[in-house]
Amino acid sequence: MKGQEYRFETSESSGEKVEHLVQIKALFFARARDLTGLNDMVLDVPSGSTAKDCLNKIVGKFPRLEEIIGCVVLALNEDYTTESTIVKDKDELAIIPPISGG
Amino acid sequence: MASTTTESSRILHEIETLKSARSDLDRRISSLESQLRDLNHHQNNGVSHAPSASVSTLDSTFPHGLSPDMIYRYSRHLLLPSFGVQAQSRLLKSSILVVGAGGLGSPALMYLAACGAGRLGIVDHDVVELNNMHRQIIHTEAYIGRSKVESAAATCHSINSTVQIVEHKEALRTSNALEIFSKYDIIVDATDNAPSRYMISDCCVVLGKPLVSGAAVGLEGQLTVYNYNGGPCYRCLFPTPPPTTACQRCSDSGVLGVVPGIIGCLQALEAIKIASAVGEPLSGRMLLFDALAARIRTVKIRGRSLQCEVCGENSKFKAAQFQEFDYEKFTQSPLSTSPLRLKLLEPHSRISAKEYSDRLRNGESHVLLDVRPEHHFKIVSLPNSLNVPLASLDGRLEEVGLALKEEEHKQGSDSSSGDVQLYVVCRRGNDSQRAVKALQEKGFTSAKDIIGGLEGWAREVDPTYPAY
Ligand SMILES: [Zn+2]
Repeated sequence: MKGQEYRFETSESSGEKVEHLVQIKALFFARARDLTGLNDMVLDVPSGSTAKDCLNKIVGKFPRLEEIIGCVVLALNEDYTTESTIVKDKDELAIIPPISGG
Repeated sequence: MASTTTESSRILHEIETLKSARSDLDRRISSLESQLRDLNHHQNNGVSHAPSASVSTLDSTFPHGLSPDMIYRYSRHLLLPSFGVQAQSRLLKSSILVVGAGGLGSPALMYLAACGAGRLGIVDHDVVELNNMHRQIIHTEAYIGRSKVESAAATCHSINSTVQIVEHKEALRTSNALEIFSKYDIIVDATDNAPSRYMISDCCVVLGKPLVSGAAVGLEGQLTVYNYNGGPCYRCLFPTPPPTTACQRCSDSGVLGVVPGIIGCLQALEAIKIASAVGEPLSGRMLLFDALAARIRTVKIRGRSLQCEVCGENSKFKAAQFQEFDYEKFTQSPLSTSPLRLKLLEPHSRISAKEYSDRLRNGESHVLLDVRPEHHFKIVSLPNSLNVPLASLDGRLEEVGLALKEEEHKQGSDSSSGDVQLYVVCRRGNDSQRAVKALQEKGFTSAKDIIGGLEGWAREVDPTYPAY
């Protein structure tokens, strides 16, 4: 699916079922928060994108995340997920690096 | 100045001597007190109130085994329909080990002692310091400079003298972990570093013990129960350790005192639930606490990984492998809480704090660059220092160049003294070395770091200089 052209349609106004982009919210925790300077961000990705695609896009925006991305727990809508899970519109993808302090 | 330094070190030395004499006296007093307590117990109450005996050889008028004193002490637990006498009685027979008597361990230990865990072990090798007090609420000022384990044990005993407290005044290592852990039913990880977390989790897998793991830094906390009822272990979740740069310590990143307090309380709660077989332990789920947003989320996490190096199907990780495993190498960070001491530079690119103070006194023409983050600089800084945080140094080299030129200008006519020197300082002398390296690569070849940073300054030049 990648590499194709996508028409952006605002589904709210058109009410059409055909959606080419889905909007997800990425939630950052711990070190991911420090590195991005954000608690969360809204992300538009082509429909059919996986959690991994979302991660790649986020790391593209915040290259410093590279250092921790291999060592995080992912949760999709507070549920366990793998990198190959396909995200849906309005999904919340949590990026949770371990904290070791105490 | 020199005589002031000598005088200060004499005073420091005397304080040390007196402190050590005091801690000897305290030890003797507490040992005598405990002898006296035992004598009184035997005389007045018979054996049933002695800590260890109370768990097993209870007076047996009641089938549940709780003595009248215990019924009264734990009455609010007994009144809880979902807890009751059965859960309390299980709790009284349980043994729980808390690794770390710091920010997490403090409330965890206090609640576990209060609620009547049968036997409570404490592992730590640190001493109580003034900068612990804002979060490590089990310790009191009187214990500053003394063992955290002793201090924590004294508080637990003062809360509930019927609980058996076991003091493990040693650093947890692969050489002693198996032996210590094997004496307990439940392990609570209240440590503050990555290698300890892997070591504790692995040891729990090897011995088949449930692990209540908590962590906190800054304004966030995390909590999970590992290796419980077929659930995942720490390595199932984090097979590769995070890079050293990503491991934040409270001593570097700071922590709001109440945050580990909340996580420590939740750790006590999970340990109590497991010990008394009540409720649903937080296994296969992770609780995330966000203090600023006042939000707690619980996310489902993966189950046990069949491929896990330690708890997986074909894992060969047993006691022998555990004892051989190098956790410091694996995580590339030290087990002890002692801060990192980098050595990146050649000796000619470094000077000691003492030498810097000599040069300062001789009026040597120089620029002092402080590369700490701005909020550190605001706490305390050396006079006439220029703050350019390491993170923004690359983009602010011009400022450094300008400062040097300005200094050169000031020297102006009497410029017999030669080049203006560039010294770099930070908190402990690591970032200053990184900065000097970067500066030298950008043409500031004479840049030197002040060894040991502001801590070195406090040690060698001015003992009254604020530490943080
Ligand atoms: Zn595992």
